[in-house]
Amino acid sequence: MCNSGNCDFIAHAQAAGSDVNAVAATADPVVLSFTVFVLAIFVGYHVVWNVTPALHTPLMSVTNAISSIIIVGAIIASGPVEMNLATVLGLIAVGLASVNIFGGFMVTQRMLAMFKKRS
Amino acid sequence: MLSINMTELAYLVAAILVILSLKGLSSPESARRGNMFGMLGMGIAVLVTLQMSGIENYTWILVAIATGGLIGGVAAKKVPMTDMPQMVAFMHSLVGLAAVCIAVSAFSNPIAYGIANADGMMHLASRIELFLGTFIGAITFTASLVAFGKLQGLLSGSPLTFKGQHFVNLVLGIIMIGAGIVFCVDQSATAFFLMLAVAMVLGVLLIVPIGGADMPVIVSMLNSYSGWAAAGIGFTLGNNMLIIAGALVGSSGAILSYIMCKAMNRSLFNVLLGGFGSDVSVTSGGAAIGERPVKAGSAEDAAFLLQNARSVVIIPGYGLAVARAQHALKELVEVLQAKGVKVRFGIHPVAGRMPGHMNVLLAEADVPYDIVEEMDEINPEFSDTDVALVIGANDVVNPAAKTDSSSPIYGMPILEATKAAHVLVVKRSLSVGYAGLDNDLFYMDKTMMIFDDAKKACEAMLHAIE
Repeated sequence: MCNSGNCDFIAHAQAAGSDVNAVAATADPVVLSFTVFVLAIFVGYHVVWNVTPALHTPLMSVTNAISSIIIVGAIIASGPVEMNLATVLGLIAVGLASVNIFGGFMVTQRMLAMFKKRS
Repeated sequence: MLSINMTELAYLVAAILVILSLKGLSSPESARRGNMFGMLGMGIAVLVTLQMSGIENYTWILVAIATGGLIGGVAAKKVPMTDMPQMVAFMHSLVGLAAVCIAVSAFSNPIAYGIANADGMMHLASRIELFLGTFIGAITFTASLVAFGKLQGLLSGSPLTFKGQHFVNLVLGIIMIGAGIVFCVDQSATAFFLMLAVAMVLGVLLIVPIGGADMPVIVSMLNSYSGWAAAGIGFTLGNNMLIIAGALVGSSGAILSYIMCKAMNRSLFNVLLGGFGSDVSVTSGGAAIGERPVKAGSAEDAAFLLQNARSVVIIPGYGLAVARAQHALKELVEVLQAKGVKVRFGIHPVAGRMPGHMNVLLAEADVPYDIVEEMDEINPEFSDTDVALVIGANDVVNPAAKTDSSSPIYGMPILEATKAAHVLVVKRSLSVGYAGLDNDLFYMDKTMMIFDDAKKACEAMLHAIE
């Protein structure tokens, strides 16, 4: 795997006590995350401008449910069986996010069901 | 158990479904299916996360999901549509609080999250990400709670201002960022919790000076914050699903804030500085309210005008919802339509208490959405309209916004009811609207005022036509 140049680089990085533990050719994970973040903002910008103003309230309630995707982080936080401050806080966050996920999607569904065409 | 690559790909599928759920909202027909996509995406994201290695605490996690889900489900079924702004504000605060919980959890046990070395020292990038996620979450939490209190009427809706307010906020902001930087440098617990506490106080102080009329902007802005908070936690955990969903919500809220500000002809900065609507003095027009002559009429007179019109445009304001007149109004519309009158609604973007609120209130009253038009669609039609019926609205039809450059609302886009052949205004009195301004529309020759409660007036007009 390791040709001489790369090995030198890793050795130097480790010697310098750097936080970057990537191989020479791979970008820092933070940079990759940032790339995803910026692209997602662009997607959001274009998709949301196409939302009809009549549905701006359902848009807010559904984005509320979507931002509760934070439950993914909460589940990771509450994952270990051992109960300590970290897991208990995680479980609280799971509960809070669940209120939003169920509440957000269901109230959106309830609102959207009201929008009817002229019969 | 899925491999790490499969997990990431499943998150990608979930992210695409979430994007499709927003895309569906481009029309009411596609929106319901879009919402299903959203639920499916969320379900996939949760299931994928549950099967990840290190997740073993299933019983408690399921208990938490079931408890939260039950509360959320009941709230969604019970909440009256007029209370949607409060519900949304409250849900924003939950996202903020959840972000804070996760951040503190990550801080207390960073090794479990894989964001620290074996000695418990976090990576510098992780510290910065944790700082951002924590303070955005904390501000979202308390700010949304105050917004909820104002909308629900638990707190006074009038702006609370005090001397040196902006200075205090500035100092607190500097302390918060300073403590955050100290935390980023040496991972100090004192600095972390000081930053957290100051952020919470700052969240409260940022919202108290903002008046009830500006709440649509604030709710949209907090919508945006809740997304950025989720994205911030996503950076901390290195989880792309969180980053994508957070960024989508963040940009959505930002766009809604922009649209709301534009509809009120104010800058976001101006809204955030607060204090708007606290000035009760009438600033335009020489004569005091009540001294200028108006033409008042009865519901019967109004009914006569309406049923002999070819086309009618109804301009509802929040006063309509306060009087619970939507259903009576909808019946009036049906009777007029049966008589061959073309009836449409013209909605100003700030007609309700949150973006799109009036559309939901009309939809709830079974008003078909294809006769409900946006401001830009209906404005060119007013010159060809026989009767403009203004119910419970004021500032959004004030011609001063177009003609009087000294008016505080000058430049605000309005519904051009003045261009209709006749104008009917249902209003309880000649009192001023949120902006505290007199409205020249009320004193025009072609305008007839019906001084009554919106519901009673609608019922009386309905009765007179039948």
